Amino acid sequence: MLKILRVTFAIISIVAITLLFLDFTGVAQGWFGWLARVQFIPALLSLNVIAILSLIIVTLLFGRVYCSVICPLGVLQDVVNNVRGWIGKKKKRQNRFKYSKPQTWLRLAVMTLFIAMIIMGVANVVMTSLASFIEPYSVYGRIASSLYSPLYDTGNNLLADYAESQGSYDYYHVETYTSMPVMIVAVVSLLVVSVMAWLGGRVYCNTICPVGTILGYLSRYSLLKPVIDTTKCNGCRKCERNCKATCIDAKNHNIDYTRCVVCMNCIGKCSTGAISYTYRRPKSSVKVVKVAVDKDLNEDRRNFFTIGAMVTAISVAKATDKTIDGGLAPIVAKAEPQRAVRIVPPGAISLSNFESHCTACQLCITACPNGVLRPSTALSTFMQPVVGYENGYCRPECVKCSSVCPVGAIKPISVADKSAIQIGRAVVRLDACIVSSEGKKCGNCVRNCPSKAITMAPKNPNNIASNMMPVVNEAKCIGCGACEYLCPVRPLSAIYIEGNHVHKTI
Amino acid sequence: MSKIKYINRRDFLKFLGAGATAVATSCITPPKKNNPNAVSNREITGEMTYRTNPSTGDKVSLLGYGCMRLPTVSTDSVREGADEINQEAVNRLVDYAIEHGVNLFDTSPAYCKGLSERAMGIALSRHPRESYFLSTKLSNFSKITWSRENSLQMYHNSFKELQTDYIDYMLLHGIGIYDADDSDGLDAMATYRARYVDNGVLDFLLEERNAGRIRNLGFSYHGDVKVFDYLLSLHDEIKWNFALIQLNYVDWKHAKEVNEKNTNAEYLYGELRKRGIPAMVMEPLLGGRLAALNGGLVTKMKQRRPEDSVASWAFRFAGTHEEVLTVLSGMTYMEHLHDNLVTYSPLQPLSDDEFAFLEDMAQLILKFPTVPCTNCKYCMPCPYGIDIPSIFTHYNKCVNDGNVVNGKDDSEYALARRAFLIGYDRTVPKLRQADHCICCGACISHCPQQIDIPTELRKINDYAESLKRNP
Repeated sequence: MLKILRVTFAIISIVAITLLFLDFTGVAQGWFGWLARVQFIPALLSLNVIAILSLIIVTLLFGRVYCSVICPLGVLQDVVNNVRGWIGKKKKRQNRFKYSKPQTWLRLAVMTLFIAMIIMGVANVVMTSLASFIEPYSVYGRIASSLYSPLYDTGNNLLADYAESQGSYDYYHVETYTSMPVMIVAVVSLLVVSVMAWLGGRVYCNTICPVGTILGYLSRYSLLKPVIDTTKCNGCRKCERNCKATCIDAKNHNIDYTRCVVCMNCIGKCSTGAISYTYRRPKSSVKVVKVAVDKDLNEDRRNFFTIGAMVTAISVAKATDKTIDGGLAPIVAKAEPQRAVRIVPPGAISLSNFESHCTACQLCITACPNGVLRPSTALSTFMQPVVGYENGYCRPECVKCSSVCPVGAIKPISVADKSAIQIGRAVVRLDACIVSSEGKKCGNCVRNCPSKAITMAPKNPNNIASNMMPVVNEAKCIGCGACEYLCPVRPLSAIYIEGNHVHKTI
Repeated sequence: MSKIKYINRRDFLKFLGAGATAVATSCITPPKKNNPNAVSNREITGEMTYRTNPSTGDKVSLLGYGCMRLPTVSTDSVREGADEINQEAVNRLVDYAIEHGVNLFDTSPAYCKGLSERAMGIALSRHPRESYFLSTKLSNFSKITWSRENSLQMYHNSFKELQTDYIDYMLLHGIGIYDADDSDGLDAMATYRARYVDNGVLDFLLEERNAGRIRNLGFSYHGDVKVFDYLLSLHDEIKWNFALIQLNYVDWKHAKEVNEKNTNAEYLYGELRKRGIPAMVMEPLLGGRLAALNGGLVTKMKQRRPEDSVASWAFRFAGTHEEVLTVLSGMTYMEHLHDNLVTYSPLQPLSDDEFAFLEDMAQLILKFPTVPCTNCKYCMPCPYGIDIPSIFTHYNKCVNDGNVVNGKDDSEYALARRAFLIGYDRTVPKLRQADHCICCGACISHCPQQIDIPTELRKINDYAESLKRNP
């Protein structure tokens, strides 16, 4: 019963969190956005006191349910584990776990290092960046955004093609921008976590994961926990053999509660009802039952769900882009200018605030409808989002990234706030501008500037007939990139945005 | 922008709901392909109507085949796709047309990215030369073709491509068109002189007519009416055998309302008629716009003649004028050809009452703020890659479907917004949309409809922006 409850909530939770990364319409965000915000490290980084306190209280009451239900990476490992249970010879796949000694020093060392890196991250971006490699929520985020998302979008685009053929507007095309480095990191993370789960159950959670360590030591003192009633135990060791956290020492009737993720598998397996999830403490053993030899273990029907099979069958496909018509002039793709200061989205407050909070979970990147946010490839800010205007610009009506960020790297802002936040400012390359150098008509930057920060003025102040040039009033420019995106000069625009270290209110 | 109700699309959208993440409900939507109004189930019952050319005695079919919108392999018009012309489809269309009495084919060295003449040469050379009349043009629009040498090269090349040693109808192409931003400041008259007079090309063509290699000499007119009037004043001297003008029930009395710079067809036709010059008609359907009307107008037409297509009204209007020699229609699809054959086999002339009805329709059509683009694609390719005709086509479709709304207060705002923006991205790739137009104005002089293209694009972009910013 308890296990069914756990499995049900875990499925709902992982599906909901995955949808956050897939659904580009914002519906999922409205429903499940809070699930990203209660993830432990994001809550910690955004100083979300309510979420952290709730998580601590839940852990003190029920043990590590966080790891079993809320953490998507934890649930993913259970999925892999379940799949493992269906494959291979019966003898090898059933009752395959065995108690292992705790890696206390390794756990504490990794956790300490992680916390140190987060704290140092305030001063040194590389530290946050490194820490995010093992942060469970971000690891899962990268897997979802760079591996599931292209598949999801391809499916959507097929539907959009069909809808178009039927004259319906129910589905529309979306463009998927994939980043090779992030995809490689995601594939490697997925492989490492999956292999660990395949071979040893929750070994990642109980040796590497800093959240697992923190919550593990808290759950030692939890009110409810699985307890072995030694009077009922017949020493069959079925509990130990089915404990994916390998934390039950059946021989000594000991459970290592720092590693137990309260999956309730042992309770269901125990044929004598010796294990119960209770507030009672284990009684001192009066009589130790001899440990029986493994034999004749009933084949329990595994609680299965088929989503797991799909997870391993991930391939990355992308719908082919429509070829350009022959009667149309070819368009050269835009190139990203070399910016002295990189641009981060409005709401980030400053580069340092942004970099010390961001765990590179990719949620904002998948949420961006304008193709503006993409993962950075720079080493110091690896995989953190960075703004670029080759595929679109930061549109005035959109504040999606600020509304989804769970770690407080991008603080929530309103559309009105956005119109007054300067994330960078436009810089004109006069020698490249066709109005200035060739005297052609253009002014597209002026026409499309949402904050009316650009005007055209004669190059020679004493001759109104001289060539015109775009002039930027930096006090009004918000750095949205409309001018850069819509500039006809290609591949490098004649007007581009230079980022601000600290975002200003204008 | 006025608000127009067109319920069908709305209703099924409402029915379907808007959730993009929901399951594939769109399978219950009815199929919708091309323009259903242009298709007719009627049968060809009689014989094609013919008109006689007074100068040569040619019996010309009232339906002339315009070769500007030939089908491509992708079955769309050649100027819409990167694909080759679908020669097999062209052959089939030509065979069917000839079989049903069409005997005039009108092309130009400029059409279909310059490939129309060759395709027509291949298709028509499969038939006896005396079974059809060939019409082509001296399309020396570009300054680099203004020299005598280059113009004559273009002329001789037409013979080669069309696999013939005589042209039945030869036209000076698009007189009246000029570039207002021309660096030499040439106006319409000066441009005409530079293209045909100063280089001696007109004299050359007259000699060719005397030699019998050109059987009829005429001109096609768009733009500045001064050149039209001037050429007619030379009629006694040159003896024009025909002239090609834009004529349809909107342009008859309202060309000036659509655009100040245009001239009413009533005047153009009247001037030709006074001099006994037969008129060839182009844009009888305004590039299909008169076949894709708002639902309310379609109903009015169907109430009067339930069996007839919407397009047939426009063709009957053009054909009813007695001095019209032939009505050119750029037929891409077999359905278009068949429908037009039905309309003209034989022509049922409009009654006075029907003339008055179409005049009412014209006035209603003018109330729709559509862009008067006929999708002729003379403006293409835009040097900055903008897909001008597709943007206008999408906008016009939304206007006719009632998906262009006044503001957020409109009860249909959300649905109309969705239809406009999603449809926009589907029809035109993002980088080819109106926001990328830099208003360089290179297109303006090419537009036979004299549309101020940059201004119209800007208006459409402003509308799209207002929709995007107000979800």
